[in-house]
Parts: sequence; C-alpha cells; structure tokens
Amino acid sequence: MNTNSNTYTVIYATVLVVVVAAVLAYVSFTLAPAQEANRQNEVRTQLLASVGIQDVKNAKEAYDKYFTESFLVNSLGEKVDGDAFAVAMNLKGQNDKIRVGRPENATLPVFICTFDDGSKAQVFAAYGAGLWGPIWGYISVDAADMNTVKGAVFDHKGETPGLGAEIAQPWFRENFVGKKIFEGEEFTSVKVVKGGAAADDTHGVDAITGGTITSRALENTLAKWLGIYLPYIQAQKSQVSSCCAHECCGHCGDACACEGEGEGDACGNCCEAADSACCHSAEGGCCGKCKTENSEEVK
Amino acid sequence: MDKEIYKKPLFLTNPVTVLVLGICSSLAVTVQMKGACIMGLSVMIVTGFSSLFASLLRNGIPNRIRIIVQLVIVALFVILIDQFLKAYMYDLSKSLSVYVGLIITNCIIMGRIEAFALGNKPWPSFVDGIANGFGYAMILIVLSFFRELLGSGTIFSIKVIPQSWYDAGYMNNGLMILPPMALILIGVIVWIQRSIQKDLQEK
Repeated sequence: MNTNSNTYTVIYATVLVVVVAAVLAYVSFTLAPAQEANRQNEVRTQLLASVGIQDVKNAKEAYDKYFTESFLVNSLGEKVDGDAFAVAMNLKGQNDKIRVGRPENATLPVFICTFDDGSKAQVFAAYGAGLWGPIWGYISVDAADMNTVKGAVFDHKGETPGLGAEIAQPWFRENFVGKKIFEGEEFTSVKVVKGGAAADDTHGVDAITGGTITSRALENTLAKWLGIYLPYIQAQKSQVSSCCAHECCGHCGDACACEGEGEGDACGNCCEAADSACCHSAEGGCCGKCKTENSEEVK
Repeated sequence: MDKEIYKKPLFLTNPVTVLVLGICSSLAVTVQMKGACIMGLSVMIVTGFSSLFASLLRNGIPNRIRIIVQLVIVALFVILIDQFLKAYMYDLSKSLSVYVGLIITNCIIMGRIEAFALGNKPWPSFVDGIANGFGYAMILIVLSFFRELLGSGTIFSIKVIPQSWYDAGYMNNGLMILPPMALILIGVIVWIQRSIQKDLQEK
C-alpha cells in the first residue's frame, strides 16, 4: 500500500484523531468526579485553615461540622440568593465583574463558622492579580466584634517559589491572626509592610523579603474585596455594637456577639458567647454582674 | 536485545547532560525532590509508551505527517497523566502546574521517537524510551536533592538541617530555589561527567 498517497494520509490522520479524541473524552469523563471532589476539598481545606482549623483528615466532614451557614452578599451589604460554595469555587467569575468596574454586580460569598465553644467567625474571600498569575485567599474575622482577624489563608497560581509563593506558607498567614481591619469606625484593611511591621501595629503584617510585588498585590486584593464586603461588615458591626450599647451587660464591651437586636435576647446571646468578666455566670439570664447591677433590665 | 539500548542513555548519551534536551523542565521542577520524582516518573511513562506506540504504528505512519502523528501520540499520554494526577494526586499536580502539560514539548520524547522508535521494533523502542526517561529522571533527582537541601534545608519536605545550625548563623541559599541555579548545577554535572569520560570532550 502506498502510505504516501493523499487519500491515505487524510484517512490516517482522521482516524487517528478520532480514536485519540474518543480515548481522551472517555478518560476525562470518568475522572471528572474525582477531580471535582479534589477541587471542592481544596476550597474546604482553605476555608477551614482560614479560621485556624488545620490538619483535618476529612475536609468535608469538618467543613459540614464547623461551617454552619453560608450565603452571598452584594456590594450594598444585602444578602442575595445563591450557593456561596459554588461561588467560592469560582472566585474568578466575581473578580471579572469587579475588574471591569462593575463591583455592584458581584455577589461575594460569606461563610459563618461556629466553633466548638459557640463563638463564631465570618469568612470573606479575596481574589486578584499577583505578580505572575492570580492570587486568592480567605480571611476570617471574629463575629463578636467584626474587627479582629481570626485567621487567613492565601494561595496562588504561579508566584515565584521561595519569594512571592511564601504567601501560601503558614508563617505568613499566622501574621494575620489578631490584626484589626478597623481603626475606630474607619476601615483600614490589613496592610503588608515592607521592612517589617512594628510590633504594636495592629493593621500591618511583615511583607515577604524579595516578594514585594506579590505582597503589595495581596494587600490591594484584600483591601479591594473587603471594600466590597464593607457595607455588609459595617451592618454586622453596628448590630454587634448596638447590642453592647444596650446597657444590660455593659461590661461585655466590644467582645460580645449577638444576633438579635436590642431586647433581652440579644443580651442573652451576648452573655453566652462572649468570654468576658460579665458573662461567666452559668445560671440563666445574663450574668452575675448584670444581675446585681442591672437586674431590672435583664428581665 | 542490545544492552547498549538501556545502558547508554544513563551515562554516555544522557539526554540532559550529553544531548542537552529537556533543560527547560529540569530548571522548573527541581526545587523539591517530590515534584522532581513525580515529573521524572511521568516523563519515563510518556517516553516509554509513546515510543512503544510510535514503533507499533511505524510502518503505517504517512511520512509527510509523521511529526504530527508523533505529537498526537505524545500528547495523548501526557494528557492521560495530567488527568490522572489531577484526580488522584491533586497536591502534586498543583505543584507541577503547567509542567506536566509541557512534557509534550520535551525534546527527549520527540527525539527518541524520531531517532529510534520509527526504525526499531516495539520492545527495544519501549526500553529505549524508558531508559531515556530514566536518564532524565536521574539528573532531575540529583538536581533537586542539592537544590532542596541547600535551598530549603529539607529532603522530601522533611527538615534535615538541624535548628542549631540556623541558630549558629547558617542560612538557606535563596539562589538555589531560583531556576538559574539549576542551570549552573547542570553545568557542574556536565563538567564532572566530562572529566570522568574524556571522550565526551570536544576536540
């Protein structure tokens, strides 16, 4: 047979390509569920790490256990319908809307984590451009004051190993724990400080030596995304403080977490959740101090 | 079968240090030993099986489109490996990122198909592919050993440099984790090899 004829060449190429395509389609189809599960578990592991829960064996179980609530918010701080986890799987889609100057169309995921002791943290996402490719991450704040960072986790597509890629390392993200995103009522986000943040800097973390561009990109990304979350965060924050302004247990101060507004109920939540001097009483109602000092109001 | 088929690629015609093929990925994936081992293994599988299949098809491949046909065969195996890693070794596939896909462009594979598999029977071709892949993997492992040890102080992500050294002022070499240092290390290996095997030296 003449293997150099045009007909033979065309037929050969066609058959080869069809056979190869069929094999690949079959394999891709068979492995798709396992690959999707991996991607989901990765997002779950990152969400867990962002609230400080690490080294879990079964990410799905732990996720279902701790993440009790999740929803989407828009740039006005309103909750909107949708699957937060699905959005977290594809943060790029939301970033595209923000990037073209339409942050009002973005719907960003919020995850609420309930710890074993009943305290809560709210997790926010961020996604943006690093030096070589996208960087993204999750940052969690204590639901009791909507200000103190509980933890953060970052990842990247292709930052320089040993330099920018260090943002994914535990030592870097541990810097974020305990930082504040507000100064008084003013939103500050968390800054990445070149040359190292001062020990008493509550809004800054050390930048990565040799990874300045990635560090700065991370700072901008965080500020940008938290900026879109801001109306929601502020609404939550004012709820928290309105509860505390309620004189019932004035001693709770900033550290109290409540969900209801005003009312004795809010105070009750406050006492259950907050770990402060006023809230240690185990017997019902509010707490020891409230009872003695403001017993009228508690009831 | 001629023993030379699997002996030569390991030293005398090592694809990286003598033929100087596949340098790009040697620089990219040798920061850590784990990645280097998986990459080496992946390349071995791809060289082996694509040589085998190219050899099986060698009498039917139309000469005018043979390079394209080779590429399709290579791409098939590379995508299979990539999909497999994504499904069962997700962390590794992430750390190897685009380099698994780029095995397609690794000159070793096309080079061995074109130079050997198209003119030889399937079994020797398969052995030749595996041996060349192994020659490549070997260099990757040596490179990554030094780069990970001196660059991060770890081997297979396990700390081997004691903390007391760091306390005494020892520092990891930051240059080791950047690609240029891999190129310098390959140069050192080529130098050593040519000092041992004098007939590799150009006159």
